[in-house]
Amino acid sequence: MFKQLAQKILDPARADRLFRIAVLLSALLLPLVMTGFFLQLGWSSAPAWREFGLSLLWSTEWDPVANRFGALPAIVGTLLTTSIAIVAATPPAFIIALYLVDAPPWIGRPLSQALDLLAAIPSVIYGMWGLFVLVPVMQNHVQPFLADTLRMKHLPFVGEYFNGFGILTAGIILALMILPYISAIMRDVFRMTPPMLRESAYGIGCTRWETAVHIVMRYGARGLLGGVFVGLGRALGETMAVLFVIGNVAMLPDSIFAGGTTIAATLANNFAEADGLLRHVLFALGLVLLVMSFIVQLFAQSCLTATAAARGEER
Amino acid sequence: MKKWFLSMAVGLAAVAGTAAEITLNGAGATFPSPVYRVWTYGFSQSTGNRILVNYQGLGSGAGVNQIKAGTIQFGGTDNPLTAEELEKAGLIQFPMLTGGVVVIVNLPGVPSGALKLDQPTLAAIFLGKIKAWNDPAIAALNPGLKLPRMKITVVRRSDSSGTTFIFTNYLSKISPEWQQKVGCGPAVKWPVGIAGQKNPGVCNNVSRIMGAIGYTEYTYAVEARLSTVQLKNREGKFLPPTAAGFAASAANADWKNAPGFYMVLTDQPGADSWPITGVTYILIRRDQKDAAAGKALLDYFNWCYTSGAAAAARLHYVGLPENVVELIRNEWKKIRF
Repeated sequence: MFKQLAQKILDPARADRLFRIAVLLSALLLPLVMTGFFLQLGWSSAPAWREFGLSLLWSTEWDPVANRFGALPAIVGTLLTTSIAIVAATPPAFIIALYLVDAPPWIGRPLSQALDLLAAIPSVIYGMWGLFVLVPVMQNHVQPFLADTLRMKHLPFVGEYFNGFGILTAGIILALMILPYISAIMRDVFRMTPPMLRESAYGIGCTRWETAVHIVMRYGARGLLGGVFVGLGRALGETMAVLFVIGNVAMLPDSIFAGGTTIAATLANNFAEADGLLRHVLFALGLVLLVMSFIVQLFAQSCLTATAAARGEER
Repeated sequence: MKKWFLSMAVGLAAVAGTAAEITLNGAGATFPSPVYRVWTYGFSQSTGNRILVNYQGLGSGAGVNQIKAGTIQFGGTDNPLTAEELEKAGLIQFPMLTGGVVVIVNLPGVPSGALKLDQPTLAAIFLGKIKAWNDPAIAALNPGLKLPRMKITVVRRSDSSGTTFIFTNYLSKISPEWQQKVGCGPAVKWPVGIAGQKNPGVCNNVSRIMGAIGYTEYTYAVEARLSTVQLKNREGKFLPPTAAGFAASAANADWKNAPGFYMVLTDQPGADSWPITGVTYILIRRDQKDAAAGKALLDYFNWCYTSGAAAAARLHYVGLPENVVELIRNEWKKIRF
């Protein structure tokens, strides 16, 4: 029986058709899942939008007893932690990638493997490390230094209140988490620079720095942006690592030292027990996060298109 | 090919044969879950693993949701349902244990268990009105202690929780301002502080932050070796948390006239009553579809009240007196198999 079936499938004409159908179906799965997510989240969050309207997006109220909810603290927390992470992680990731491409193999290879290993560590490990190591360090050393020694406590948005938990700590954890990610992607793209181009650059007397900046970086600009956006996407949706150290406070943070919350952390904290209106509000938060990721993707695409000519990319 | 399939089937059957005949799944409150962990294991052992009981400490809200949805055989909650809610959902509710919610602090330089707080200072701290440990109001209550010049960080639960319900219920009773501004519930709009996930998360955050104050179920505080606070009870006596104090609070409870055993034991009279005592409840369905599983469920709870009492006491919970257990057995007669 199996033999017959196998013969039928292996018939070249039939196989081609079958393959075409299989490929098409698999490809169609993507838009299907995508629209499915939007529809499901939109449908499940509808009661929340009906109750609060768009004010859900800018209300700062979070009162489970009175059943009043607003998403702004979570949205602001998500944006703040993600921005801190990207700003802190991109420069070192870029430098690491540049070095790894040019480093002699005896040091480049182990470092490269270490980078891949770091990128594979589950985020909950980063969260635990953050809670047990980073939080006390932030409380006892970093915050007094920033606030008192650098006198940052007099600046707006940098308050005095701090206990190790909060937006800044979460941002730093996220930065550490996405750094190997961004770096690994950049490294892989930089590696694709044709050796001939680099050798030519050395040939006309370029220094290593000049080669790195004018040839490797120029050639790999696409990877640079791509790496940053992958890191951005990961930081936006990260849950466990953030939940451990952000403080889970559903209030608008008055400084980067204050506790806050993110959309993903709010979902993880409340979803298991939520019912009634809160459940719909959580679905609405999920929708907001999805839309945010979507915007990041669109932005990434438009960035790449806009800079294509400047990078001399063939269209 | 056929042979291979046959051997596979035999193998699967053999695996299934070693599993329990009846599996009872429960979920809910984390407040009693240290005891439930011991109980479910002990009972399963005592039946030679014929009946397997599982309990997941997901939180009271989850326990109520899941028993209503019918995904589990019993739910645990610290936030009791009212008689009407029980009627509407077709559930039966009965108390399982009494335990205490304690206030924990991380205060360098202050001996463990030495700090005293009364009702106004406790409420003011959680309202964010007292911001530092060397506040005159706290110092007046603790003349012998050298209180550090340190900011107070309030730590509370990030998830919906029966422990929070018991604690905010107490704060609502002792402080009109709390009652009016925040209120009582498994999750509330906290005026200040940061949050940790579940009881262990709160303990963890308190032990990480110098100058932190939080609340947790007593066993978690003991396990985490955290310093507890002496609280002033209704009769004006300062008490450290003890199982005897929890029992004293429960002594006055009038279970007979409480429909669905609805009872909140915070701020009870009695010189030795610990002020923040709570009862944790079990919810089961009134209509048991599977008679064998239903009977096994009652066997399990009966075992908990009798053979399980020692384990509960060891973990600083207070079991229910025999006359109350008798009332509960009467309530079980309402169950239809």
